[in-house]
Amino acid sequence: MINFLRRIFFIDILKGLAVTFRYTYTKVYTEQYPKEKAKLAERYKGAPRLNNDPETGETLCIACDLCALICPEDLIVVGSQRDPETRKKVLTHYTFDTSRCLFCGLCQEVCPTNAIELTQDFELADYSRRSMVWDRERLETGWDRIEFGEDYHR
Amino acid sequence: MEEEATILDSKVLEVNMGPQHPSTHGVLRVKLKLDGERVLDAECIIGYLHRGVEKISENRSYIKCVPYYDRTDYIAAVSNVYGYLLGVEKLMGIEVPKRAQYIRIMMTEFNRISSHLLWLATHALDIGAMTIFLYCFREREEILKLFEALFGARLTTHAFRLGGLWKDLPPGFEQAARKFIDDFPYRVDEYEQILTKNRIWLDRTKGVGVISGEEAIEWGMSGPPLRGSTVAYDVRKARPYGGYEEFDFDIAVGENGDTYDRYLVRLQEMHQSRRIIQQVLDRLPEGSVHGKAPRIPKPPVGEYYSGIESPRGELGYYIVSDGSPQPFRVRIRPPTFVNLQTLRRLVKGHLVADVVALIGTLDIVLGEIDR
Repeated sequence: MINFLRRIFFIDILKGLAVTFRYTYTKVYTEQYPKEKAKLAERYKGAPRLNNDPETGETLCIACDLCALICPEDLIVVGSQRDPETRKKVLTHYTFDTSRCLFCGLCQEVCPTNAIELTQDFELADYSRRSMVWDRERLETGWDRIEFGEDYHR
Repeated sequence: MEEEATILDSKVLEVNMGPQHPSTHGVLRVKLKLDGERVLDAECIIGYLHRGVEKISENRSYIKCVPYYDRTDYIAAVSNVYGYLLGVEKLMGIEVPKRAQYIRIMMTEFNRISSHLLWLATHALDIGAMTIFLYCFREREEILKLFEALFGARLTTHAFRLGGLWKDLPPGFEQAARKFIDDFPYRVDEYEQILTKNRIWLDRTKGVGVISGEEAIEWGMSGPPLRGSTVAYDVRKARPYGGYEEFDFDIAVGENGDTYDRYLVRLQEMHQSRRIIQQVLDRLPEGSVHGKAPRIPKPPVGEYYSGIESPRGELGYYIVSDGSPQPFRVRIRPPTFVNLQTLRRLVKGHLVADVVALIGTLDIVLGEIDR
């Protein structure tokens, strides 16, 4: 009899739907990705960036070649020239092949001036392999949306 | 092929399962010899994900080849890097600071939980339980967020550095970790509610792929599949490394050595990992996390085998140094490569649907098997 009444009044279905509707008002886990970007951790190792001095606007890179030496994939090429007057090395060109990068973060660890940094940007898809090799201009200007990480200097 | 008499008096059918089969967890190809639904023989064909990590490490310096080990067993990347670095540190006699040791243990245990969660999710999904998949991924996401906060990456973490860590714990990490481990037992209870007494789950796992303890040892198995067969062998207890002897935990052991017991063992291991993390958080010492490691490590001539308990079993790194900045040879002993060879023995006589359950229960990762 009870079973019959349960079936008439759809008790079980209502119970099931109660769970469904309860979850309607809980926290939504889904992120509306292209509209809102995921909030990544400060240390996230994403797209590379070559930092400029925020005051003078000149590059922080001193062309010491350490990042190119530590890179496991040998994908960083640092070009430098010795300034005849000051006897200092000056950066001429800098390429970073993002298509082969492991995002291990070794380059930003060895950099003595925090010039090369892996940022929180993760949208690295591109249409050709050639355009995945980033030159100095793209590394310096392409990714200025994110503030210089505070956590970085710790 | 010779004709063999079968029950239905038909020919033996040979079927390829994989390499693109979704339940083979990667690119494993299993050649099945079938008599109707019954499996007569199975042959595993591997090598579809071979990248030559061992050879690559011979051409890189000791520091440079670390990120490649993330990519061998990509589900348990932290454990893999840990095993290699322990070997190099032993070879060179590098002291790791106490705080770094503790954080390393904590993160490896977090990795064990996340790896077991992924295993449970996919294993249950293979057998047909969809809900558990979403539940497990919800918790795994929390762990991956912790990884992202500390290491800067979610999966291929490049977790540790020679002699310590990259950086100390970020602010707010300990609270987040504590919050996770406080909630975690209730989450595992939720999984148990769905599966442990579930009739379909019991039918599909009990008595499937039984292997005795002696036989498992003869096959060289390790990890949860070995412990599921009553053998209480855990490298963390047998040969403690990296400070594991200071922590209190039990070895989970099964009784019958079937798929169901291996499931119970892994659930129990998640609880034990949680216990270790709790202890680490309670007595995390202060201090630096950077040990004294040279910029260009040159270990003295010699060799060292470092074996650790990865989530899948005994993971070994046999490192040979000839005194140069590059390793002469790094041989990886992947646990699932050894465990996978028992598949042939396990599936005989079972149905095709059980092959899926058995591949799942061995918890294979093809990146590690093929290297």
